[in-house]
Amino acid sequence: MIDIKVLGTGCANCKATIQLIEATAKSEHVPIALEKVEDMQSIIGYGVLSTPGIVIDGKVVHAGGVPTRDKIVGWLHEEPASIAASTDSGCCS
Amino acid sequence: MDITQNKSHADVKWFIGLVLAALLVTVAYLNLTPFANLLLALTHIDPHTRLGDALSFYFFEAPKVILLLISIVFIMGVIHTFISAERTRAILSGRRLGAGNVMAAGLGIVTPFCSCSAIPLFIGFLQAGVPLGVMFSFLISAPMVNEVALSMLFALLGWKVAGLYLGLGLSVAIVSGLVIGALQMENSVEDWVRALQQTGPVTVTERFTWSQRFQSGLTHVQEIVGNVWIYILLGIGIGAGIHGYVPEHVMVSLMGKNTGWWSVPAAVLIGVPMYSNAAGMIPIVQALLGKGAALGTTLAFMMSVTALSAPEMFILRKVLKPRLIATFAGIVAFGILLVGYVFNTVL
Repeated sequence: MIDIKVLGTGCANCKATIQLIEATAKSEHVPIALEKVEDMQSIIGYGVLSTPGIVIDGKVVHAGGVPTRDKIVGWLHEEPASIAASTDSGCCS
Repeated sequence: MDITQNKSHADVKWFIGLVLAALLVTVAYLNLTPFANLLLALTHIDPHTRLGDALSFYFFEAPKVILLLISIVFIMGVIHTFISAERTRAILSGRRLGAGNVMAAGLGIVTPFCSCSAIPLFIGFLQAGVPLGVMFSFLISAPMVNEVALSMLFALLGWKVAGLYLGLGLSVAIVSGLVIGALQMENSVEDWVRALQQTGPVTVTERFTWSQRFQSGLTHVQEIVGNVWIYILLGIGIGAGIHGYVPEHVMVSLMGKNTGWWSVPAAVLIGVPMYSNAAGMIPIVQALLGKGAALGTTLAFMMSVTALSAPEMFILRKVLKPRLIATFAGIVAFGILLVGYVFNTVL
């Protein structure tokens, strides 16, 4: 089971990211343990600079903006050690 | 077909699509006046009446703004894929005041920035050794000099006013950051922030194909234009109303150059609680200018709306002590006031 944490304080993009990950994992039939991290101290502890941030099996793979479905699929199917990280444009400018 | 072929096919498709889109936009832009005239003719309203005047203003300005907005926001979306908060932090860390402030202000324009990420960003930057003053130059320039404000100013007021806003906005950001840095208020950052363990910089490597960059631009357009288009159309509507119905002398007496010293501070104060309406404000501002409002006052108002944002200061309260927030707001407000007064006097 892949451990996924979504870091975010609850803005619209954070919610959208969570929904997208859940839906994608379901349609890809990949079991995940999804956790929302909303506490600011914990979020900062991961060292991300923009939210939403995504941590997979302990490694930060994404920070800022809602990830594309393709990226999520990639993360779900890759071996943890070789996950290619990504950043997208920020949620608003 | 292997992956590389797929990718380059996608890239080519995007490239062709963009060239076509650029052509379409150019043709549409060049035909704005005939299009507006056509729409007005369809309404059978005499263009020489006030209603006709207001309508022709609307039919011309609304499409123009939307066209320019979409184009510029798209380009910014693509630029954002080249710059990330992590890169900006790496560039700014350890920079001394002076050069650091200039770079920070400049980067504030192109770095994707979201108020909801203000805190992680602030802390992450501080931990990487970005000086407080440099940080503030970034924080001031990022929301103020943004592509929505710039494209709308450009669309409605021309490149000179947009250029002025850009240059002055950067100056306020740079100087304010320098002053805050010189005041050495590092101990006005909340204690818990300074007590945080140093977290190593998280490097998130990026791999973007051109298709992904363009897709990102498109998403950016959907997000931003999708959020503000209502405000813009409303704002242009109000602007059209002012244009057609408000007699000239009314505006001159209220916001003109010789109104008295209170008009600039009033404009700055009114701008503080307004933020999400920045896009809609610009058309109103344009109409006011057309009716004799002073450029300095209106520039000050625009800057206050975007740079002094009550919600953002509320968010920053979690990491900054009140006196630093007050200092920050005060210095920026002062800078904006200066801009207002100088322009009212000079122009």
